[in-house]
Amino acid sequence: MQLIPCPWCGPREEAEFHYGGQAHVAYPGDPSALTDEEWARYVFFRENPSGPFAERWSHNAGCRRWFNAVRDTRTHDLLAVYRVGEPMPEVTA
Amino acid sequence: MTLRTPTGGSIDRNTLLHFTFNGRPYTGHPGDTLASALLAHGVHEIGSSVKLGRPRGIVAAGSEDPTSLVQVEAPFSEPMLPATTVELYDGLVARGLAGQGRLSAEPDPARYDAKHEHCDVLVVGAGPAGLMAALTAARSGARVVLVDEQNQAGGALLGVDEYLDDRPSAEWVADVVAELRSTPGVLVLERTTAFGMYQDGFVLALQKRTDHLGFAAPASVARQRVWRIRTKQTVLATGAHERPVAFTDNDRPGIMLASSARTFLHRYGVLPGSRAVVFTTNDSAYCAAIDLAESGVDIALIADARPETPARLATECAARGIEVRAGHVVVGTQGDGRVSGVRIAPLAGTSPDVTVACDTVLVSGGWNPVVSLFSQARGKLRYDAELGAFVPGEELPTVRVAGSATGELDLGACARQGRDAGAQAAAAAGFTPGGQVPLPVSDSRCTARSGLVLWRVPGDDDASFVDLQRDSTVADVLRATGAGLRSLEHVKRYTTIGTAHDQGKTSGMIAAGIVAEELGVELAEQRPTTFRPPFTSVSFAALAGRDRGELHDPVRVTSIHPWHVAHGALFEDVGQWKRPWYYPQEGEDLHTAVLRECKATRESVGMMDGSTLGKIDVQGRDAGKFLDMLYTNMMGTLKVGRIRYGVMCGVDGMVIDDGTVIRIGEERYLVTTTTGNAAKILDWMEEWLQTEWPHLDVHCTSVTEHWATIPLVGPRSRDVLAAVAPSLDVSNEAFEFMTWRDTEVAGVPARVCRISFSGELAYEINVTAWHGIAVWEALMAAGEQYGITPYGTETMHVLRAEKGYPIIGQETDATVTPQDLGMSWAVSKKKPDFIGKRSFARAENNRSDRKQLVGLLPVDPAVLLPEGSQIVETDRLPEPPVRMLGHVTSSYPSAALGRTFALALLRSGHERIGETLYVPVEDSLVPVTVTESVLYDKEGARRDG
Repeated sequence: MQLIPCPWCGPREEAEFHYGGQAHVAYPGDPSALTDEEWARYVFFRENPSGPFAERWSHNAGCRRWFNAVRDTRTHDLLAVYRVGEPMPEVTA
Repeated sequence: MTLRTPTGGSIDRNTLLHFTFNGRPYTGHPGDTLASALLAHGVHEIGSSVKLGRPRGIVAAGSEDPTSLVQVEAPFSEPMLPATTVELYDGLVARGLAGQGRLSAEPDPARYDAKHEHCDVLVVGAGPAGLMAALTAARSGARVVLVDEQNQAGGALLGVDEYLDDRPSAEWVADVVAELRSTPGVLVLERTTAFGMYQDGFVLALQKRTDHLGFAAPASVARQRVWRIRTKQTVLATGAHERPVAFTDNDRPGIMLASSARTFLHRYGVLPGSRAVVFTTNDSAYCAAIDLAESGVDIALIADARPETPARLATECAARGIEVRAGHVVVGTQGDGRVSGVRIAPLAGTSPDVTVACDTVLVSGGWNPVVSLFSQARGKLRYDAELGAFVPGEELPTVRVAGSATGELDLGACARQGRDAGAQAAAAAGFTPGGQVPLPVSDSRCTARSGLVLWRVPGDDDASFVDLQRDSTVADVLRATGAGLRSLEHVKRYTTIGTAHDQGKTSGMIAAGIVAEELGVELAEQRPTTFRPPFTSVSFAALAGRDRGELHDPVRVTSIHPWHVAHGALFEDVGQWKRPWYYPQEGEDLHTAVLRECKATRESVGMMDGSTLGKIDVQGRDAGKFLDMLYTNMMGTLKVGRIRYGVMCGVDGMVIDDGTVIRIGEERYLVTTTTGNAAKILDWMEEWLQTEWPHLDVHCTSVTEHWATIPLVGPRSRDVLAAVAPSLDVSNEAFEFMTWRDTEVAGVPARVCRISFSGELAYEINVTAWHGIAVWEALMAAGEQYGITPYGTETMHVLRAEKGYPIIGQETDATVTPQDLGMSWAVSKKKPDFIGKRSFARAENNRSDRKQLVGLLPVDPAVLLPEGSQIVETDRLPEPPVRMLGHVTSSYPSAALGRTFALALLRSGHERIGETLYVPVEDSLVPVTVTESVLYDKEGARRDG
């Protein structure tokens, strides 16, 4: 069972967390201005890289805060965690 | 016949234990395993093999044994235990297995539990290396946990008769363990197998706490415990397993690993037989041969596959009159059940074989380091060509390996590795070294290196067994390579070698070796099969621990629950909630009870416990703005005192929930959700608030359990409410539909909402949960004169279905839009945006052939369509594939309609109203008429009473 370092609580077991998919996919400012394809990209399309990936996690069974993490999808190692609204930190995989 | 030595072994010879095996009585001593006690009586034949039914004996002395599977019958039936791991107790009843056991039909009365442990250094294995590691780490002040699968520390030392520092090795072991136990912060766990290693220093270990006590096991003590250990650093001192060699008929009882025979001698005082042939590829079997010879076993012959025997060993054997034949191997065995003789021949050349009579064959093909946990920790393995085995091939930041698990087989070197690993682990965990632990000096004459790597002896491949539990042979491996398989993983799956309870501890390496030989590749180029947890078998009972029965999953009940139980309700599970399903009266089944409950409610008055409805208190300056984004319709304009029904969609425009929104104040709403979605919707709100709109001033709190909620439903509900709420003007003019009032009901503060999920005049009475039962009973009393009828979820479903109200999750499945449900009226055209709005404009969401909610009336009003039935176009099924038009989502008999009816999602459903379609039910096609989804009181005349 992996430890996930919640930026608010510190390292906690992964069972306390909930996965939220790719981070930094902002809700479009004016959805009505988008074409069907642009809107579909927002709704359905997500990256699936091999390597560092910024994604959202929620400490659901803990402080219930959402935060972002950079995870190396090849190793599951969490390279960085940061709070919502902060920029993605530089990481070395 | 007794094969018990007169002295020696760590058994209590003064105490006799009685046990039964395969229906026969035997005796043994405390300290015995079932295997050692049976061997003491000359019993080698334990069971038979899973596919071929060949007799199976005891190959090894520990958990690596592939064959000695038994079913323990008493005190509690437990299958598939190697006899070598069952500690003997008085009254044990066991039976040998034919490869497979049988789970008990009785519930296991024992307790199992789990415990969390945090430490700086975890040491796995209490052999010389592990003990040195643990003591070195402990002296630095680190919190140390030492786990070992045996009932006493010592590891390989338990199976030898050697001295450390000029005294019996057991004394050295006892001193180390005593110091560890007296050191604060150190935990020593025997009978504890680390069976799984995971990320971030998480290790699972199974402790067998009372198994060895048998009938004397106290019921209050958990039989087994799963230790959930979180450690900063780990030292794996997991030792090595001796490896056999595959040869013709190598599976007879009486053929065992040489070091295991030595263990049976020194640890249990048991001789494996009276006349033994030894077949080895390396030095270590000589120690077994010499020790057994000195204990009275006639060593008929040592066949050493190497061209030359080391001079020192040749001299030692000569001194004892043991014949050694270098360059020779066992090419076959004979026997009726147990082995009675072997055929010996030179490994190279064509000399004829000779037959040697014996009742025991001791085999050693070298040693396999136990790298299972290291591999689970994602450590890379490397093939050691001299050893003929995979060894740890890299250093990991938090996992160190010491002792024979590294491939080092010299005791002194193992101890040094242990000490170094313990010191490094403690230092890495932030501790400075304490007192240096002196290395013990061994008098051992044995070494195990300088072996010949030999996987198999040429012969009858169909009778040369690689995995004795799976009945997989050399021929099976050759079939796999012949079929073109090259990867060891594929060969493993094709042959099933290594997939038994023992995980291939004695067979996996041989299979790998034969594959490499056949393919003409280097083993160093082959990727070993993946080691996976558990290292040894773990029962599901142990994994479940205390999470069984009532504790398996929390049960949620409402504050009115005791009343439902007392009044005979049957319950339905809705998520974790127990909800009254219906209240059968004498002689009623589901259908008759529900027809009665529906009739009473539509004609007079009924009530139900709606407390499980999800309730979320939404507060803040921006609460209205926030809800306007979440719901498809307007909530910001809702007036205080009023209620609005709302639908929530995902960004894809699909319905995820529905419910009512009550405006309590300018900056406060109460949102209700479906019972099963309460947590999900709260999470949904939090997600948007925290990740997209953190600037909004909104706070959400679950208040589901704070309120008891009682829908009071039917034309007489106004009369009943008036009787219990005298201060409330219940007239339609003063208390309109979709409004709420704070008042007193039955003398307690209450919020009454005029909403209806049945189409009838109805009130939803909310009081604090503490008053739930009192208010419920007051309503029952006030309604008595009208025949007030409590009803459950089934009646609720029928009443709402008659009105065409969908249930999210029953009529919908994440592919259904509000428009599909005929709820365009609940989708705002005015709001610039809300979640899902943009998706409604997608072409896909505007196809005319989307599945839409409709009603279905079977032409025969007595036919009840099974929910989930498909809908087809024609009265005869065409050749497959048959075009499915949709499916039945809800189906009930209706008291109000006097017939059955159904709701369905139907392709182009809204256009098909009036058509006749067909529903396959068993062997017939039932004709149905498509209708609007609202089947009862289409005008809504009943709403105001």
